[in-house]
Amino acid sequence: MDNLLAARIQMGFTLGFHMLFAAFGVGFPMLVLAAEGIALRGGPAHYLTLAKTWGKANALLFAVGAVSGTALAFELGLLWPGFMLFSGSTIGAGFATEAFAFFLEAIFIGLYLYGWNRLTRLGHWLAGIPIVIGGIASAALVVSVDAWMQHPVGAATLLRAPAAAAPLAMLFGNPHWPVMALHATIACFAATGFTLASVYAYGMLRGRRDEVHKAGLKIAMVLATGAAILMPLTGDMSGKAVAAFQPTKLAAMESQFRTETAAPLRIGGLPDPKARTVRYALEIPGGLSWLAYGSGSAKVQGLDQVATSDWPDVPVTHVSFQLMVGAGTLMVLIALYYWWNLRHRGRGLTGSLLRTLVAGGPLAFLALETGWVVTEVGRQPWVVYGVQRTADAVTPVHDLFGYLALYALLYLLLGTTVLWLLRRVEREAPALEEAA
Amino acid sequence: MTPWVPWPDVAWLVAIAAMTAYMLLGGADFGGGIWDLFAWGQDAASQRRAIARAMGPVWEANHVWLIFLLILLFTGFPLAFHRLVIGLYLPLNLVLLGIILRGAAFVFRAHGRRGVGQQSTWGRIFGAASSLTVVLLGAALAAVSAGGDFMVAWRSYLSPFAILTGLFALAAAAYLAATYLTFEAQGSLRETFRKRALLAAEAAGIAALLDLGLMSFEAPRLFIRLVNPDILGLVLLVALLGVGSYVSLRHRHDGLGRFLAASALSVMLWSWAAAQWPYIIYPGFTVYGSAAPDLALRQVLTLVPFGLLLLVPSLWLLLHVFKGRLPIDGEAGRRPNPAR
Repeated sequence: MDNLLAARIQMGFTLGFHMLFAAFGVGFPMLVLAAEGIALRGGPAHYLTLAKTWGKANALLFAVGAVSGTALAFELGLLWPGFMLFSGSTIGAGFATEAFAFFLEAIFIGLYLYGWNRLTRLGHWLAGIPIVIGGIASAALVVSVDAWMQHPVGAATLLRAPAAAAPLAMLFGNPHWPVMALHATIACFAATGFTLASVYAYGMLRGRRDEVHKAGLKIAMVLATGAAILMPLTGDMSGKAVAAFQPTKLAAMESQFRTETAAPLRIGGLPDPKARTVRYALEIPGGLSWLAYGSGSAKVQGLDQVATSDWPDVPVTHVSFQLMVGAGTLMVLIALYYWWNLRHRGRGLTGSLLRTLVAGGPLAFLALETGWVVTEVGRQPWVVYGVQRTADAVTPVHDLFGYLALYALLYLLLGTTVLWLLRRVEREAPALEEAA
Repeated sequence: MTPWVPWPDVAWLVAIAAMTAYMLLGGADFGGGIWDLFAWGQDAASQRRAIARAMGPVWEANHVWLIFLLILLFTGFPLAFHRLVIGLYLPLNLVLLGIILRGAAFVFRAHGRRGVGQQSTWGRIFGAASSLTVVLLGAALAAVSAGGDFMVAWRSYLSPFAILTGLFALAAAAYLAATYLTFEAQGSLRETFRKRALLAAEAAGIAALLDLGLMSFEAPRLFIRLVNPDILGLVLLVALLGVGSYVSLRHRHDGLGRFLAASALSVMLWSWAAAQWPYIIYPGFTVYGSAAPDLALRQVLTLVPFGLLLLVPSLWLLLHVFKGRLPIDGEAGRRPNPAR
């Protein structure tokens, strides 16, 4: 196995793993705080139980997120020294601001988690606020680095006159950043909301239809619904940004092999890069032109504008994009189904609704991960789009495969242990209520 | 015209400050892992619980200093960072694996059914990974100071000097943790940790002296700089502070002992930095030779005071709430359950 492939696989699964936890770091604190807030204002006691159970689960997820995030800080250097040599002084500002936000989060997680008996009830609730802010801010800030890799504002200066390169403007003045940050943050809300809804719906299907489960499902669905409805809007903004900044990536997402006016929107399908065709896709005439540029007859740049060696992996990018959009659409439908059922007397939390909700969690994470795959695989073969090739960034150290295997085993162990422990946290929830 | 500021120096000073914070806070957490692994005696379970209780609220925050250090290095000194991550590929990967394992194991154990006191698989992993990581970090610091051939990297971090420096780091982390725990623990547990602290202090002292001896052969430049009159004062101060903390602990001045121990190790790190100056990696990578352009440094370093404005009060609050004396270990607090 060659070095580049091994490094990409390792970066891929460690980052993909971290994202599962990071997503909770963004979305979960808000839910914990909501539950505790309801209890604080005199709401039923089971909201306090929820807050305590969730706080515990959140702490576990946060800790694994923290260590897997540390791994990324190391791996950026260890696997991609060429990238860090070129852009370290630029992207450092993004990581530094993220680290401050994360630091704030870590400090207050400590206070929140261990402070149940040491702070007043209001003080404890207030200690949760910096966790919410820190989680959201750290995600949004670190995305500035990714946004810069997609649309490297000022890279020409960095190449020709590095002394004049101004990192803050390059990172935070990048028009691609707010769009990506918004889309990514809301995706994390969706993932958290739908996953918790999934867990509680599953519990109710297994006969545990207590107040804790009902309340947990409801709070989770409020967040999930809000996020699911916003996703298509931010997704549309992201798509337009990609069209403007990364036409080759857009072409790969849509398998647009030829440059054409009135390009169709292809739904589903399997692209064949050799034959430059897409099979089994449903085509909506002029759809892509309209979505990307606001006019059904606009010209869309195809993959034919760049050399084949500059293409990303078209099938992976295309299929991931289709999966993301598909999952996102289903998430909206699931949310609507839930509220519609709740509004209609005599329906409520029926078995078929609960079974559908169980599917929501995996779907939300599928959307999150495939969206990320579209972003990063679609950027290839560049690590910094149009400026530095991934192959030029990889470490010259040999035998990366052994390390890869080691990390794979470790992450497998971590993943299974976390799942096992989370199951216990969820099961022990009623016992907690007695203690509280 | 903005006033001229030597930005590479500022960046390096901030990096040393982050290193100091990580050593004093993160280092003590590693030390906690060491004492967890080697907890012995009738009160072994109480020792483990006290360690877990002391670390629980703070270890994640303490850990962020290392991330800051990494960010400062690749932002401020991309050339030196580039050399480090290639030359020290193996030990840095092992450090990373150690950090992941120790953090995860600590949390997994806290959530486990068996509790913290009894030795368990996750507990052993937590302790072993903590110990190995400290040794490797010490060895890596020796490797960048010795001037060995970085391309044949294993020679630089597997040299006797590097290994002994790693062992010194182990003893120092254990010493730091035990002095903190002596201050925080109550009753007989305090005496247990006092014994541990004195033992670790003796080990660290012996290792430091042997390490100086080996340094004169294997890292001659560092040694010559350390005994140079302008730095020798700092080295002597380290010895004075170290002995002072040992004596204070013996005479049950635990607060003073803790302060002097932390001071001794901080001054030791600073004397290393002074002796290592102007190099980040000796030879070949100096602070000025590998620094990022001034504009980039200025912009990133300008963020630091704003960040500290947020962090310092928050950290103060965290330590204020949790870092008094630990409650006496008894039935009431049998299991430091994170959700209680």
